[in-house]
Amino acid sequence: MVANFGFGALVITFLVSLYGIGAAIYGARRAQPAWVESARLAMLLTFPLITLSALTLIYLLLTGHYEISFVYGVTSSAMPFYLKITALWGGQAGSLVFWSWLMSAFATAVTLRKWDRDHEFLPWVIVVALVTVAFFLALVIFFENPFNRFWSTASGQVEAFFQPANSVAIFPSDGRGLNPLLRHPGMIIHPPMLYLGFVSFVIPFSFAIAALVTGRTDDRWIRLTRRWTLVAWLFLSLGLVLGGRWAYDVLGWGGYWGWDPVEIAAFMPWLTGTAFLHSVMIQEKRGLFKRWNMVLIILTYSLVIFGTFLTRSGVLSSVHAFAQSAIGPMFFGFIGLTFIASLALLLYRWNDLQAEGQMHSMLSRESLFLFNNLFFMGILAVCFAGVIFPLVSELFTGQKVTVNAPYYERATGPLFIGLLFLMGIAPLSAWGHSTIKTIGKAVWKPALASFVVLAALIITGMRSIGALIGFWLVAFTAFITLYEYGRAVVARARRTGESLPASFWHLAGRNRRRYGGYTIHLGIVLMAIGIIGIEVFQVETQGTIKAGQSINLSGYQVTYRQLDEFDLPDGRNVARAVVDISRDGKSLGQLFPRRDYYYASQQPMTIPGVRSSMEDDLYVILVDWKPISADGATFKVYHNPLVNWLWLGSIWLIFGTLVAAWPDKDKETERIVIAAPGSAVRQTIS
Amino acid sequence: MKTNALRLLVISCFLALTLGLASRAAAQEPAPTPSDDEVNRVAKQLFCPVCENVPLDVCPTQACAEWRELIRLKLSQGWSDQQIKDYFALQYGDRVLAEPPRQGLNWLVYILPPVVFLGGVALLVSVLRRMRARAAAPTPAPAPPQQPGEPEDEYLRRVEEELKRAEKS
Repeated sequence: MVANFGFGALVITFLVSLYGIGAAIYGARRAQPAWVESARLAMLLTFPLITLSALTLIYLLLTGHYEISFVYGVTSSAMPFYLKITALWGGQAGSLVFWSWLMSAFATAVTLRKWDRDHEFLPWVIVVALVTVAFFLALVIFFENPFNRFWSTASGQVEAFFQPANSVAIFPSDGRGLNPLLRHPGMIIHPPMLYLGFVSFVIPFSFAIAALVTGRTDDRWIRLTRRWTLVAWLFLSLGLVLGGRWAYDVLGWGGYWGWDPVEIAAFMPWLTGTAFLHSVMIQEKRGLFKRWNMVLIILTYSLVIFGTFLTRSGVLSSVHAFAQSAIGPMFFGFIGLTFIASLALLLYRWNDLQAEGQMHSMLSRESLFLFNNLFFMGILAVCFAGVIFPLVSELFTGQKVTVNAPYYERATGPLFIGLLFLMGIAPLSAWGHSTIKTIGKAVWKPALASFVVLAALIITGMRSIGALIGFWLVAFTAFITLYEYGRAVVARARRTGESLPASFWHLAGRNRRRYGGYTIHLGIVLMAIGIIGIEVFQVETQGTIKAGQSINLSGYQVTYRQLDEFDLPDGRNVARAVVDISRDGKSLGQLFPRRDYYYASQQPMTIPGVRSSMEDDLYVILVDWKPISADGATFKVYHNPLVNWLWLGSIWLIFGTLVAAWPDKDKETERIVIAAPGSAVRQTIS
Repeated sequence: MKTNALRLLVISCFLALTLGLASRAAAQEPAPTPSDDEVNRVAKQLFCPVCENVPLDVCPTQACAEWRELIRLKLSQGWSDQQIKDYFALQYGDRVLAEPPRQGLNWLVYILPPVVFLGGVALLVSVLRRMRARAAAPTPAPAPPQQPGEPEDEYLRRVEEELKRAEKS
């Protein structure tokens, strides 16, 4: 039996993980390298083992073994090949296996690095990684087994791995199929990106714990994991953006972000992770805030586990769902235990984590980073309270409540504005010491330019205060960033006699972290343009029109032509409307908003027709139609200005992160110089 | 007699006028049924009572379509947005509102984040205060050495330093 093989592999991985944890702790405590080495091998073994199990599950999904309840729940014979593979993360049990798989892959990659100088960290990194893997495997093995089968017993149909007494196996002829919402290219990469972000944040956490346990609390652990953190941040950001894009394309409500608890669950570790990314620099440059960095990474880890839990379980919908799901209490128990244990370790090392330096100035880079952290934590507090409160309310008063957009937007808006402002001025301040005078001298030219933009906006008739503040800040931050970059490029060109493009290229190469960071900031600025555009200026209208009639919105004319209804072989009924789009009398082509109805899951999906440009999106949704379609159909039309800048900004952001995280070639050449002094290599470097 | 007839005429005219007006008013209200946009304006502020976190104006289910028709009916009867929202909250519980009403335990969700944030501010202020106190103390190592001549080019100085370092390697 293939399923037995897959499950067996999981059980063995679980046992190997437990062994690895024990061996690593024993080896580290007794200073016996052989045991640590054994633990390392156990760590390395988990990856091929989980791979076997995951491949088994994929095989079962591909070959339509519908007697397996997970396979039945997420695939059907009509589904295309690629969707059957991605169905692996289309349900809870499979996504837990997938999570463990990625976790094990990343932990293995870390284990394979050269540990020369950092050997003392190794056993504890292994312990943290394996504890995390073992926890997820335990969930899979004991509570959410994707290899469970259907059995028919006297009392009805049950799902179990082992055959219950007096039961007969059931073999359904077809599966229920993947949730239609998940049948979208965005859904294929969105969860893996998010999960990659989640698991890669475990790596810096494991090094932090290793630093606490071993007492080697200098900034070594931060330097070792800097790239991991950046990569984790990149994946998490990508996961969030792709999720937004998927919502925009598939959910049919004209937006990309709905302040849903599931979204916020993925957003919270991003908040702490971004704060961490900034505040570790204070420790690296100035030896300050070591304790705070520990707190941040511990929070990030807890929120990662929390996020994984929420994105799949639907627990937040009600206390009852939480009580019914067996894994809910397990998750909360695990989060609680790891959080308390980590904090206990931190308190144990509290005195070792004293600041090496002092802060001198309110406007120094480190103080501005502290304000940045304060704002991120403020947003986190708002998000956390909002996500948790419905549960609390139902638990204590029995009253179900909804916490949604108005609450979050009102509370986080000023904090985001503060962050945008800081993003502008912080790069101008120096480590250690800055004054109003030094910052002011650097800031006045770009600030002046930004006020010119503001005046231009007011003159052209923009009256929304929110948009004016937003666009002014966008201009302010963008100008400062570009100005700083430009000044450095010119200074370098003057100094070295290079051309400006060459100077630009080399400068970025010399300090990729700074200029990668600037590039990321510019990406955020571009995204902010899109967000302000759609948040402030989105308009919508809805109307029922006969064939040939039109709806007008923001200068666009949407004319209803026809509607066809037909069945597709993959088990859905499609109603597809054809509308002509024109603007000021000029034809802009046709859009095809449609409604797909999936028979098996009895689920409708609204796929918008979108005409997209850098200026705006025209987003048309088919809401309803009359029995004789020419008699009328109801359309909802959104005009979403500037929203494309959001997607453009996120691509820019990826680019910036890659610049910042790309492995340093310089260090390798340094090593070569040492290896071969006086040889030809030196000449090639100069 | 004449006066009576006149009075009758006046009264009947008055009645006809008021009745006519009244009937016109009555006819006027249902005639322009509230548009989809008006319905959506209200529905946007409400949440689907059965699905989680789905605003009523975009929820594709049949039940929500009927609830939107209910909003249309209420609007045509002259109800205000607030009255309709209250009606839905009464019928289906507070979960149909976009945020919890400010009462009782619900205050928690409004108070907690500002309290945490203010706590953060207090912490930050105390850190900065301590910093200033230390800076004021006679510890002689204030700001890192600064080129006295050109403070405005501090950033460029940093860039140049890095370039120099890079050239050395």
